Amino acid sequence: MKHLFKNMLALMVLVATFNAFAAADLEVNTPAVNAIKASMQQRHAQLASYYDSGAVGLTINGMVALRDPGSVPLAARQTVNALVAAENQDREALYAEIANANAHPEWQAEIRNTFAQRWIQRAQRGWWVMSNNGWVQK
Amino acid sequence: MKKVWLVIPVFALSACVTINIYFPAAAAEKAADKIIEEVWQMQQSDKPAKPDVPAKSDVKETK
Repeated sequence: MKHLFKNMLALMVLVATFNAFAAADLEVNTPAVNAIKASMQQRHAQLASYYDSGAVGLTINGMVALRDPGSVPLAARQTVNALVAAENQDREALYAEIANANAHPEWQAEIRNTFAQRWIQRAQRGWWVMSNNGWVQK
Repeated sequence: MKKVWLVIPVFALSACVTINIYFPAAAAEKAADKIIEEVWQMQQSDKPAKPDVPAKSDVKETK
């Protein structure tokens, strides 16, 4: 009887360890995630100069926003608006897709929060990011 | 005493479930960083830029 109990305990430890390992990584290498990533990567070449000028900033909810429309020449304003809209659509899809790829759609909000913090943390010096008190320049 | 054998499997099963519903915050951060680096095409600070190495001259062409 005691042996059986010990075996059970060992099995439980094994299962718990396996689960801990299984949960240690987040699946982000799916065709859908890679496609979104590629699209964002391509767009970044155009968006970068607007981050630099402060026209576009990073928001607290993991999105981008037109912060200072005045700094964009009238002729380019439509382009910037389209870039921001497309970027936000991709970001939304990215967060949802990562959650789905891990079979936990309910994680989407937490994934978005994690990304929001990391985008802001890793933003280049001079870029504008949203804090609880409004826009600040890094 | 026999009740114990009923409780243990239930506990083991519930352990499996609970471990997996927790959001893996550290893993998410790691994954986010990887994606951000790729999207913003950042160079990792701990990796120095590749120096310009001339083509290897010790490889002899054989005719």
